[in-house]
Amino acid sequence: MTAEIHKKPGLETLRAAISRLEGHSDRRRTVLPFGVREIDSRLPGGGLALGALHEVAGGGNDALHSAAAGQFCAGIAARTRGKVLWIVTRQDVFAPSLKQVGLSARRTIFVEASSDVDVLACFEEGLRHGGLGAVVAEVARLSMTASRRLQLAAETSGSLGIAIRRWRRQTDAADFGQPTASVTRWRVSVLPSVPLPVPGVGRPRWLLELIRARAGECADFEVEACDAKGRLAPCIPVADRLALPATLGDRPDQETTWTRRARA
Amino acid sequence: MSVDLAARKLGLRPGTPVAKAQALYPDLVLMDADPEDDRLGLEKLALWFQHRIAPIVAVDAPDGLVLDTTGADHLHGGELPMLKDMVHRMAGAGFRAKAVVAETWGAAHAIARYGRVPIAVVQAGDASKALADLPLEALRLPPTIIEGLATLGVSRIGPLAAMPRAPLALRFGPDIARRLDQAFGRIGEAILPVRPVDPVEVSRNFAEPIGAAETIARYIGKLVPLLCQGLDERGQGVRRLDLLLHRVDSRTEAIRVATAMPVRDVKRLTRLLCEKIETINPGFGIERMVLIASQAEPMDRRQTVSSLIAEEETDVSDLVDTLANRVGMQALYRFAPVESDLPERSFCRVPALAPEETKDWPDHWPRPTRLLARPEPVQAMAELPDQPPLFFIWRGVRRKVKCADGPERVFGEWWKNDAELTIDRDYFRVEDTSGERFWLYRAGDGEHGETGSQGWFLHGIFG
Repeated sequence: MTAEIHKKPGLETLRAAISRLEGHSDRRRTVLPFGVREIDSRLPGGGLALGALHEVAGGGNDALHSAAAGQFCAGIAARTRGKVLWIVTRQDVFAPSLKQVGLSARRTIFVEASSDVDVLACFEEGLRHGGLGAVVAEVARLSMTASRRLQLAAETSGSLGIAIRRWRRQTDAADFGQPTASVTRWRVSVLPSVPLPVPGVGRPRWLLELIRARAGECADFEVEACDAKGRLAPCIPVADRLALPATLGDRPDQETTWTRRARA
Repeated sequence: MSVDLAARKLGLRPGTPVAKAQALYPDLVLMDADPEDDRLGLEKLALWFQHRIAPIVAVDAPDGLVLDTTGADHLHGGELPMLKDMVHRMAGAGFRAKAVVAETWGAAHAIARYGRVPIAVVQAGDASKALADLPLEALRLPPTIIEGLATLGVSRIGPLAAMPRAPLALRFGPDIARRLDQAFGRIGEAILPVRPVDPVEVSRNFAEPIGAAETIARYIGKLVPLLCQGLDERGQGVRRLDLLLHRVDSRTEAIRVATAMPVRDVKRLTRLLCEKIETINPGFGIERMVLIASQAEPMDRRQTVSSLIAEEETDVSDLVDTLANRVGMQALYRFAPVESDLPERSFCRVPALAPEETKDWPDHWPRPTRLLARPEPVQAMAELPDQPPLFFIWRGVRRKVKCADGPERVFGEWWKNDAELTIDRDYFRVEDTSGERFWLYRAGDGEHGETGSQGWFLHGIFG
């Protein structure tokens, strides 16, 4: 990926010039890589930009539950350092599941706001503080003005802000088409899990749609869901998997989980 | 316990049985004794005496105060005028008080309670004579000892003081000798004065009433540094801060902010107060602002770890305070593990800045991202006794189960509730044909009717 950038020095200088014009040239832009080459190579800078606002929504029924979207965000937050602020209006996060993607309950402070207005106010406050690893907020409506405020707050402090778009009705989910100031926009949909040679549910898989990326291109990825450290993994096609039966064994955490489960 | 003057005139005394008193005077007003309240009242009175009379004042429970007036009486025109002044002021507040100056705490205590005159100054050297005729109760001895002495035929201090010490100490312990010596001034007795607990307070009067939010913010900015200076001198940090704004129409507006930890930071406190300005109704204007640290706690400076070794964790307590003052302290929390197999009981909420717990949830099985507040009943078809459902209908949608994990059997907590003795649940993690993953359970083990209704419920949604 880095090699690819070096191949296009003209493009890089142009980007630097634009960023200087936008007024944040002096600060080195840092990113949080996913560790999956397909995804990181599509994102400008090689990862999820810190000091920026990102939007995540669930696809299909998950637009209402945000189970996959929530797990995806928890995985991202788990890979940051410092405390994580999680702002909700109705609390249905099951804390043990956050722990299973590496986000410890000791790190996560929940805020239960009474309205969307309060959510946005707390979100901005959290982003402005700058000492948090990530700020996650579950919001339904996110106007251009509100998102611009959040983006500015994130830019000034360098915090990572993630807005989980979660609606109460399926019809409201069309709101996701409205423009906002967020840097990237993702949609996470569940896919059938990795087939196992034995009865049971394999590692969950997601379809990650990068719907919008500032200074980048849209893309779709099929990934295996977050592991115990919050990392995604690229999907290996079934044919390859059959050819390489040791794929599961390659991943140490998966292996320990299985032995633990066998013992339990 | 106690009777007032009117009741005393009717012939009632402390110790009269209630039934008898009520039989004599049916419209008697009876009130329960409240020793805690009495003690608090006495403490308040002690603080007042400390303010007006002498610096060393202590509560002499249950019904008195003791003052060390040495070096303070001349300010009130001598000992007798001072006592008269005190009793007069107490009478003004509705109390009948007795006041005695004596050489020792013990003597003053005895003479004030059992002496004949309400106001007395016992000169140095006269104490033993004044005490000799008083009953033993005056000596602050426990009732058992007084009863024991009464069986010996001793009821006055004089004869007791004349008795040989050794047999008394052998029979009753050292208390008698100690109290006698304290009363006669042979051993000293320290008075532990009450401490003033007046809060740090700063105020500002305005020549012209103010009303604009910016002006209020400016003066908050001027008051907070003064308050922090006061707190700094005491080595305290504020936990609760009150800003009182006295309006020209003699009404008072108040702002209260609370913090999770003691704070003495000018910027943080100013910010917390300024965020609340919009809740003030200035009316015709504000003429006086008072800032009170109504709850302060000791605050020590902490040495920070050298960044060479440990990575320093950013302090988020200021953010927690800001958010808590917006959404309320109870809406800001962390989850902590609770040792329970039932999912809805396996966590609890703890304050955001509570000390970190060492326990953690076991991770034998995957847990759903979202846990429904209330398990929703679903229609399902499953092979008995422990096969996962073949399909289920949730919220009107029929889903065919493609693969499943389970059962994970959870038993009722019979040690908490008798009804849970036989209950159990079988949890399954199922995936439907579209790839959505759910957490279902059957109420019961599929074999025995007493273990549950055997109905199916959806409890969580996996990501």
